[in-house]
Amino acid sequence: MEGRGAFGTAVKGFRDESAARFVRIDTLLLLATVGLMACSIYTIGTATEDDIAGSPYYYVLRQSIYAGVGLTLMLLVARFDYSRLRELKLGLYGVMIASIGLVFLLGAAARGSRRWIELPFFRFQPSELGKLLLILALSAFLIDRIRRLQDKETTSRIMLLALIPAIMVVSQPDLGSGLVYLAIVVTILFVAGTPWTHFAALGGLAAAAVTVVLVAAPAVGVTVLKDYQVDRLTAFINPSDDPQEQGYQLNQSITAIGSGQKTGRGSEEATQTKLDFLPEHHTDFVFAVVGEEFGFAGAALVLSLFALLIWRALRIMTMSKNLYGSLIAGGICAMLMFQVFVNVGMTVGIMPITGVPLPLMSYGGSSVLVTLLAVGLLQSIHVQARETAAAKGRELIV
Amino acid sequence: MYLDSGNRPPITPQLAWRVAVIGGFALVMFALIFFRLWYLQVLSGDKYLAEANDNRIREIKVQAPRGVILDRDGRVLVANRPSLAVKVRPDEIPAPGPARQQLYRRLGRTLGLPPREVRARVEEQLKAQPFVAATVKQDVSHPVVTYLAEHGDDFPGVEPEAIHLREYPHREIGAHLFGTVGEVTEKQMKDTRYRGVVLGDRVGQSGIEYSYDRFLRGENGKKRVQVNALGVKTRNLRESDAKQGRNLRLGIDLDVQRVGQAALGTSRGAFVVMHAKTGEIVALGSSPSFDPNIFAKIIRQRDYDRLSSEENGKPLFNRATQAGYPTGSTFKLVTAVAALEGGLITPDTPLYDSGSLKVGGVIFRNAGGVSHGSLSLRHALTVSSDVFFYQLGLAANNKGDGLLIQNWAKRLGMGRLTGIDLPAEGQGLVPTPAWRNALYKKKLADRQWSVGDNINLSIGQGDLSVTPLQLAVAYATVANGGWAPRPHLGRRIEDADGRVLQEFETPARRRVQIAEPYRRAIMDGIVGAANSPGGTSTAVFDGFRIPIAGKTGTAEKGPGRADQSWYAAVTYPDDPQYVVVATDEAGGFGAERAAPMVRQIIAALYDAKDDGPATTGRVLD
Repeated sequence: MEGRGAFGTAVKGFRDESAARFVRIDTLLLLATVGLMACSIYTIGTATEDDIAGSPYYYVLRQSIYAGVGLTLMLLVARFDYSRLRELKLGLYGVMIASIGLVFLLGAAARGSRRWIELPFFRFQPSELGKLLLILALSAFLIDRIRRLQDKETTSRIMLLALIPAIMVVSQPDLGSGLVYLAIVVTILFVAGTPWTHFAALGGLAAAAVTVVLVAAPAVGVTVLKDYQVDRLTAFINPSDDPQEQGYQLNQSITAIGSGQKTGRGSEEATQTKLDFLPEHHTDFVFAVVGEEFGFAGAALVLSLFALLIWRALRIMTMSKNLYGSLIAGGICAMLMFQVFVNVGMTVGIMPITGVPLPLMSYGGSSVLVTLLAVGLLQSIHVQARETAAAKGRELIV
Repeated sequence: MYLDSGNRPPITPQLAWRVAVIGGFALVMFALIFFRLWYLQVLSGDKYLAEANDNRIREIKVQAPRGVILDRDGRVLVANRPSLAVKVRPDEIPAPGPARQQLYRRLGRTLGLPPREVRARVEEQLKAQPFVAATVKQDVSHPVVTYLAEHGDDFPGVEPEAIHLREYPHREIGAHLFGTVGEVTEKQMKDTRYRGVVLGDRVGQSGIEYSYDRFLRGENGKKRVQVNALGVKTRNLRESDAKQGRNLRLGIDLDVQRVGQAALGTSRGAFVVMHAKTGEIVALGSSPSFDPNIFAKIIRQRDYDRLSSEENGKPLFNRATQAGYPTGSTFKLVTAVAALEGGLITPDTPLYDSGSLKVGGVIFRNAGGVSHGSLSLRHALTVSSDVFFYQLGLAANNKGDGLLIQNWAKRLGMGRLTGIDLPAEGQGLVPTPAWRNALYKKKLADRQWSVGDNINLSIGQGDLSVTPLQLAVAYATVANGGWAPRPHLGRRIEDADGRVLQEFETPARRRVQIAEPYRRAIMDGIVGAANSPGGTSTAVFDGFRIPIAGKTGTAEKGPGRADQSWYAAVTYPDDPQYVVVATDEAGGFGAERAAPMVRQIIAALYDAKDDGPATTGRVLD
């Protein structure tokens, strides 16, 4: 109690508001974030130095810039009260649908499918930003109907709002992001307290949908998922069936991770990575690089940082000053968990290959920036919660 | 700790429960991933490390060049030529279907082969040896190999391999001796003589290459390289050098070989020059010959058919060791030994030659019907009296089991393998009553054995089938007084610097008893045949400085066909040095064609300046 008083005094002494907010950020969350970014930059640096002849720092330089910009944005977002975003829900949702739709238009213009919008400095991937926009918009829509959660209409409306962008990104084709959207909406509904009967109904519908997409539709000649997407989804069940195609990536990834043994082969001797046996070693399979170069020790360190990240996100969910914050934190938590488990699970061969990046670790501007913005939001929820608590505390003391 | 935790708005139990569910789920997932990582990296790490190394390390076989084959003076007969082969790896070639067909088309276009041919070659080899890279083409030029390497993506599974092809600088000279080299077959792999050979290695498949394979074959080297995912070499790791096979020196004298081949010219025939005592072959040739360089690469079926067709005279056929013929009067030497050792006559027993002999209603005549009057063995050999030997054939038929001549022919090496160090030697045939009667029983002969067959045999006509090499061995055996040499080409094994590693010793195969007076009488007879007035080949060897004994032979081949010309000679008959046999399938009389050939060969053998016979013999024989 004395300690708290002392802290309160210290804060009171701090006339500068922003400095006070700065102090109220979650330092463990910051530590996990910065730690993962550092691991990412180091791993990408060693893995890609031979990838582009003549420019060994191509990827590591860009990833560092994304990290720098992203961390700055994160700190800016942390100072800002997320609650105001609730009023912008229609705008956020509109921006999301518009940007994803723009990809279609540009893709059609270029006569080919694509997932990004070409910007002067990098390729902006709207489906990545969409993850965050969806969390913010859905949480706000759900708050509006929070008293009618028992209504089937509420659940189906929210689901519909999520399914629209999900189907759009799946047809880009970006199956991984589509699945992230679904994970987000289900988690937000769950955190808000949707009755379990609704989830049971959703589960039934999902099962029916999967059956139609994978079995019934191909049987009558309608292809919903492209062949390679089905291959990727099923390759992990028996990778040696098809060692040339999807199974190849999986086998190489498992070999890379296994060969790292306890302490890794070091970046020079990591032949799976260095000799290109491991595909996409700076993006989707970056965790396999960690496993090969730094072994179980390195992989465990990275996983521990993720565990720390997720633990802090869950904790922030419980701390939030309002339900909107809890729902946002829940959505972000779902986004992070889904991507970490599916990506790492894919590299070790216990999950299907879905093309989901490993948050903060995989190379890529959109993914890094959006994830850091999401962490910024978590920090904002944390700061707001602490400020509210501090204000209440002051009131009590005063 | 967070000091204001008590001031947080109390969370609802429902929210706490939901967060716990999510947290529990995360915990389970992390646990799963950790266990999986532990399993992969700690429990099975060794296995995956080995797999990763397998991925990156490729072992490339470095083919060892075979040993060089040299003549007796060290002149190169068979050399090596580095070359590039284009191969297709069975584990990387596209599965059968359109992709594979397209690869064949592309390869065909690049290598200048019809795609059908490419397919036939590859599929045939892959069928025979499914795990060995199939050779598409040998001796591919550097630009083509570079093109293939640069367009690797279009040619999946295609790779070049440095190989050594055999090279035969003297082309047709000695072509029948060397044989061919080819990839070891699966059947051969089970044979102990190919121990240490792996699939895809090239081993001797015929001729000397086959007989001396274990010396000529080198030890392949291994190159371990690191490759990346595209199979492109990134680093050399370790290398063990290929060891060239050891050199083989033959007893062959290239000059004599060349002269023999030239003497045969375009005729169908053969010649053998053998050291009488040791059996060392100094020259052995067959005509028509061929250029063995055609076998250094994969031979086209068209070429192979041409080289084995009857109308072209089957150039691949080695007439010196594989072709059996009746030998005509050269066989009289055998009949003489049989008659003397069988007690039918002594060297001085006179017999009367009236010009013909009537047996059972059939008249056997001398060539041209001439009569030589009363003569004994020496003179009978000199003038080659047929009637003299007919009488011996008749007598032999009526003595004991009637196989006196046949048994001696066998003892002197006919109808049996000589044991020369060349595979696929012909055995020949010495006709016997049992042989002919068995054929008759099977309705393969028109009649049973009769005394006439034995009379024909006595002068080397009829069903007798002897290879030129067998005839040389028989003459050497008689000249040696019973020591039957084993003919051989290989002399010794040397290293690359010419140091002797192993000297082959080839002792006489067997000893037969030929009494010295008999031997002398016979040798006198054939010395006379080449030197005395009236000798069948005296005219041919007129003015020749090398002392020789020699016997002509003229084998009848049936109505309408030219006679086969034979000559068998022994140099320095007092202390025999070389036996030389030559034959021309359609050369006519022995003195007309074969004897002049032998004179040329012997002149080359002794480096004697010789302008050849003034006249070719026209003596009837």
